Amino acid sequence: MSERYEPVIVGFLCNWCSYRAADLAGTSRLHYAPNMRPIRVMCSGRVDPQFVLKALREGADGVLIAGCHPGECHYVEGNIKALRRYILLKRLLRQLGVEEERVQLIWASASEGNVLAEAVDRMTEQLRALGPLRWRETVLSGDGHRPSPLPQQAAPVAEEV
Amino acid sequence: MAERVGVYICHCGTNIARTVDVEAVARWAGEQPHVAVARDYKFMCSSLGQDLIEEDIRELGLTRVVVAACSPHMHEKTFRDTCQRAGLNPFFFEMANIREQDSWITDDREAATEKAKALVKGAIERVVHHQPLEPLPVQINPATLVVGGGIAGITAALELANAGYPVYLVEREPSIGGHMAQLDKTFPTLDCSACILTPKMVEVGQHPNITLLSYSEVEEVEGYIGNFTVTVRKKARYVNEELCTGCGICEEKCPKKVLDEVFEAGLGYRKAIYRPFPQAVPKYPVIDVENCIYFQRGKCKACQIFCPAGAIDFEQEDEILQIEVGNIILATGYDLFDPRRIPQYGYGRLANVFTSLEFERMVNAAGPTGGRIVLRDGVTEPQSVAIIHCVGSRDKNYNEYCSKVCCMYSLKFAHLVHERLPNAEVYNFYIDIRAPGKGYEEFYHRLLEEKTHFIRGRVAEVTDAARMPGEEGKLIVQVEDTLIGRQRRIPVDMVILSAGLEARHDSREVAQRFGLGCDFDGFFVERHPKLDPVATMTEGIFIAGACQGPKDIPESVAQGAAAAARVASLISQGTVLMEPVRAHIIEELCSGCRICNNLCPYNAIVYHEDRGVSEVVTALCQGCGTCVAACPSAAITGAHFTSEQVMFQIEGILWDVRSPDGREREPEMVMA
Ligand SMILES: Cc1cc2nc3c(=O)[nH]c(=O)nc-3n(C[C@H](O)[C@H](O)[C@H](O)COP(=O)(O)OP(=O)(O)OC[C@H]3O[C@@H](n4cnc5c(N)ncnc54)[C@H](O)[C@@H]3O)c2cc1C
Ligand code: FES
Repeated sequence: MSERYEPVIVGFLCNWCSYRAADLAGTSRLHYAPNMRPIRVMCSGRVDPQFVLKALREGADGVLIAGCHPGECHYVEGNIKALRRYILLKRLLRQLGVEEERVQLIWASASEGNVLAEAVDRMTEQLRALGPLRWRETVLSGDGHRPSPLPQQAAPVAEEV
Repeated sequence: MAERVGVYICHCGTNIARTVDVEAVARWAGEQPHVAVARDYKFMCSSLGQDLIEEDIRELGLTRVVVAACSPHMHEKTFRDTCQRAGLNPFFFEMANIREQDSWITDDREAATEKAKALVKGAIERVVHHQPLEPLPVQINPATLVVGGGIAGITAALELANAGYPVYLVEREPSIGGHMAQLDKTFPTLDCSACILTPKMVEVGQHPNITLLSYSEVEEVEGYIGNFTVTVRKKARYVNEELCTGCGICEEKCPKKVLDEVFEAGLGYRKAIYRPFPQAVPKYPVIDVENCIYFQRGKCKACQIFCPAGAIDFEQEDEILQIEVGNIILATGYDLFDPRRIPQYGYGRLANVFTSLEFERMVNAAGPTGGRIVLRDGVTEPQSVAIIHCVGSRDKNYNEYCSKVCCMYSLKFAHLVHERLPNAEVYNFYIDIRAPGKGYEEFYHRLLEEKTHFIRGRVAEVTDAARMPGEEGKLIVQVEDTLIGRQRRIPVDMVILSAGLEARHDSREVAQRFGLGCDFDGFFVERHPKLDPVATMTEGIFIAGACQGPKDIPESVAQGAAAAARVASLISQGTVLMEPVRAHIIEELCSGCRICNNLCPYNAIVYHEDRGVSEVVTALCQGCGTCVAACPSAAITGAHFTSEQVMFQIEGILWDVRSPDGREREPEMVMA
């Protein structure tokens, strides 16, 4: 590998659409950035905001959540639940000083290998430009344990709207 | 706990090994905690590869297995079965996808190898926390729903009904038959379409095991394999089926003529009360409310006055039916490409340009012209006919794919013109002749001998602007003849556009209703393009015929029968085993907040007032995990996707970049 900084992205892919989209991208031999490390979940609605925080804390530079298009979720509307949580999570992350581009939610149907591949390429580029996340310095204060003071009241994350 | 994990890295021939250093990954995996053995092998899925795993489980006492190979959608089942054969619970297995999602997406060997290690590490960390699970048996309701009564749906329905199983056949139009009912002769044997189709339609109509719901549509589908509940709207026909004898007097007496855009493809007329064609099944007519004089202006009732059976019922309303079935076969067919989208071919503007379906109706003895080939004026016989292939197909601007049947039906048309108008000149404008099929190439050769002019080239334009002598009053086909490398203008009297086959205009909506995928062109997606062509990603839902992609009649029939065979095999098994991926509420942790109750799309969570806790009804739960992610008390676990398992997978997958503070996990982060 070159000396260039290579971001690591954790991808949460729903079993029915996006994981298959990623499979299709491979079967079609679409080349895209190998920076995304996939984790299969049954539905994007299964993605607990804690998973995202955990990945960022464990050293990921970004998290990609991918689900079926609205209306196409295998479980009716798990993706809509995911979207709601995502919006709340983004608000929290913004308050913690984590850049917008680091956590992304996309829709990719089982036939859209290209959509998934393009999203990974795009995100990889964006994160290369941003540089490493350094959760420790960004989010935690110097001693690595106490969260730095929040700019304003943080919104609850896991709650449903 | 001291788990003993076996890790197996597959080369997949060179598919993986070309990009991933599989030996290095195996060597490295062997040094990881929990790992008792790590090997790489040419083809893990081969019987020798599987034997290797079985032997290790037995001899080395493995308690967990990780295979890094292709997608779990490809071989998860294979390796679970391997584990089971060696006495290991099949859920003590995890797969790392280093082919579709790694070796095939990059040429960067170093990066691919790193990624493979991360995926393997994630799988190791995860599998250690797996719990033994037992598949859930599900009863299969022996009734089947078939949607679409074209030849594919008819075949499927009859196969199942003849096997003794109940079938509901839902057809949107007033009659079954589909496109095949519109055709005159069928290639390459030229047997009459109606002669081979109508006996099957009658059989469907009379079969004791088939409930035919025509003029009906599926509105809602709930449930899962074995147990679907389907809501069907049976549209009001305004004709009492108990009383109607199908005599046809109402059609005769109805004073309102309507252009028939569906069955007659716009070439002929029907009445406001009508059966699409005399052999319709069922035989009962329907009143088309939009065109009925009584419904529009409150006066007329001619049909009611003349009906000898008193069967006309203007008060009839749509009926909503709930039916319970175990499996569903979709056979909704195709739409013809609308050639108006190619304005330079003049359809809709130049009177004597026809679509292929119009021509089918024209040559049909039961059609609007009684089988005579005539121009739009209804009397003049053409002296020359141009047949343009590939209209809307094999063209990046419209559909990239080949519609497969147009070459053959264009040849059939040429033959029919020769037969009916022996003196007419026939020109076929083609790009390539595609005639792969039993007797198809022979049919083409027969046409070559019938003095059809074959001109190779994509037609640029059809115009009535005469430029040269002999062109006045004609349609001129402008084409580059690629065999002689010259522009040609061929004047003709009639042009037939061999339009391609497209997905139904509403295929995406239908797919969504049934939980299927559509490909880029809107055709339904099969489970596997080669090995599982009639199953879909959704268990219990099958597809057959042209709804999956362009097909001729023999192929549609084969798929109809194949789908029926798949369903019959499920019915005869009686029960199927379902993935035990289900949610479960730990009562001691549940605070009774009821957040999950409304989240569940299947209403699978009930609240017990007395105990103040919620409970998941396993039979209804589909395992999406939405409630698991939402529970503020972490009281819900999703089997095989527990928070613990995912959290450890995250740690594993990030083994090389983990920040030092990540080491000590905060307690709430490891809750199951
Ligand atoms: C001009 C022309 C000539 C042809 N000639 C030949 C030939 O000579 N030989 C040959 O082998 N093939 C020929 N074909 C191809 C042939 O038409 C198809 O192979 C065949 O009709 C496919 O059958 P199907 O049952 O899949 O679809 P269809 O015939 O399209 O039937 C689908 C049925 O489903 C119904 N439906 C659709 N959506 C719904 C819904 N949502 N709910 C309920 N019902 C629904 C429709 O009303 C229809 O009855 C020709 C095609 C064309 C266009
Ligand atoms: S299954 Fe794909 S988002 Fe729900």
